[in-house]
Amino acid sequence: MSRAADLTTAFFARPASWPLVLTGLLLAAWLIHRYGWLNPYQQQILMYVGIHIILTASLNLVNGYMGEFAVGHAAFMAVGAYVSSLITVRLFPFQAAPLLFPLALLVGSLAAGIVGLLVAFPSFRTRGDYLAIVTLALNMIVKSAIENLEVIGGPRGFLGMQRLTTLPWVVFWVISSLWLLRNFIYANLGRGVLAIREDEVAAELLGVDTRRVKLHAFILSASLAGLAGGLFAHVVQFITPRSFDIVRSTEILVMVYLGGIGSLAGSVIGATVYTVALEWLRFLGQWRMAIAPLLLVFLMILRPTGIMGLREFVAFIPREERNLRARLEALGRGRQGWPPAGEAGRVGPHGPA
Amino acid sequence: MSLLEVRGLRVHYGPIQALHGIDLVVEEGEIVTLIGANGAGKTTTLRAISRLVPPSGGTIRFAGVDLTQLPPHQVVALGVSHVPEGRGIFANLTVLENLLLATYGRRDRARVHQDLERVFALFPRLGERKGQLAGTLSGGEQQMLAVGRALMTRSRLMLLDEPSMGLAPVLVEEIFATLAAINREGTTLLLVEQNAHQALKLAHRGYVLETGRIQTAGPAAALAQDPQVRQAYLGG
Repeated sequence: MSRAADLTTAFFARPASWPLVLTGLLLAAWLIHRYGWLNPYQQQILMYVGIHIILTASLNLVNGYMGEFAVGHAAFMAVGAYVSSLITVRLFPFQAAPLLFPLALLVGSLAAGIVGLLVAFPSFRTRGDYLAIVTLALNMIVKSAIENLEVIGGPRGFLGMQRLTTLPWVVFWVISSLWLLRNFIYANLGRGVLAIREDEVAAELLGVDTRRVKLHAFILSASLAGLAGGLFAHVVQFITPRSFDIVRSTEILVMVYLGGIGSLAGSVIGATVYTVALEWLRFLGQWRMAIAPLLLVFLMILRPTGIMGLREFVAFIPREERNLRARLEALGRGRQGWPPAGEAGRVGPHGPA
Repeated sequence: MSLLEVRGLRVHYGPIQALHGIDLVVEEGEIVTLIGANGAGKTTTLRAISRLVPPSGGTIRFAGVDLTQLPPHQVVALGVSHVPEGRGIFANLTVLENLLLATYGRRDRARVHQDLERVFALFPRLGERKGQLAGTLSGGEQQMLAVGRALMTRSRLMLLDEPSMGLAPVLVEEIFATLAAINREGTTLLLVEQNAHQALKLAHRGYVLETGRIQTAGPAAALAQDPQVRQAYLGG
């Protein structure tokens, strides 16, 4: 391992390091926002990056960690976006909206979570291609439903939202989402999620209540997508059903597989690289939309597991987990076993790629 | 009361009936084997006991508790582990992670350490390879892992589906010797085997299954001498 990696590992092994980094990030975001260190366009790109990180990480839970193939994630985003927008525009008094914004986001997220149940139940019985079709259908149903609801603008869309999403808020929600996902993945339920990906029957035979695990995973995933939808709606201030069609879902899929399945670090990298790359490619005009599918094709040929594929940065592994691993490594005969001691912290619950 | 009591067990796969009323009993501390040809219903019997398939009739009682209405994870919690056909190991997880997953439903986390030591004592090879991805193990090591994982559930009864499948004869001997050791330590075994010769050598009692019905039953030594069994399953 290189010296820089050693230093990173040592840094994150200290209990006080994480709060320090997160406070620093939040402070930086606030300063940028308050003093305009970046121009509004750059700030907007950063906000999109954050929103995409939440979307990617939430879909990664279902597709990467649990090994399902859900392809309609934009549906949950739509529910979160519309519900939170309706609340801030129609329910909250104009002046109080900025203060009550988090509440609107949480309600939107909750609504998306409930819609997530619609996918969780069929997933008890179907996997793979079948679940893909169910989620695809849900995406289309949600889009058509909104198009046919005149009260929320129908196909013309919904507007009137204030620009309530700011960079510090995005950073805050990204940190909260990743923290939530990390804790879920490394808790008992998360182990069940991995077991389902590897072999569902064997998971049941080892005492994993697969229905309960799937229910939790789908609800969490859908809620976070709904949260991202709410943030998105209050950046662009104008949403239409077309903002949440299958193209949007495909984008999220690309970011998941670009960054790497079964990895939170991968989700962060995938969302960032994809979002920034598409901005750089603006000069290509409409042609830049051809980049995503092409990227996906080359990715599947050259590196099917994505950039991080089943690996994790040590910083995303909870300290208790690393300590437990270190203790268990000392068990059994071969203390010299594989992987070498220094490498152990870098291997996630999914092993090296 | 017997540890496992199966009475009149019937299973249908759609319109096809796989089991036509199986009766079998396993006493605490025994090794019982189910032998029979392909398609006789051996695997289906085990899958019905661990509730992977729903029985269409009959009763399954484990330590006095009726299993027929329980979901699989609750059967495991009661103390029945199942080493499935084809082993079902988690290929992308390490050996250690495979073993730890078997403690998913357990509430006594403090004893996990102790159980790991026990598994590594029985299978030193797993100890040497605990950080290795399970998918990179050899067939024999994967079988050891599957058995080790079942041990980690601290079950009273272990169902084993063809543990000798696809293994070299020397490895089969090794696995069977370990199974005997596991049994001596107090775990009851219900073993499904095509390798009838080895299975009858290891087991105390045996049942011969034919097209979904119990054909013969008795002490393993007697079955091994039975002319019909010799003719059909032991090559004369």
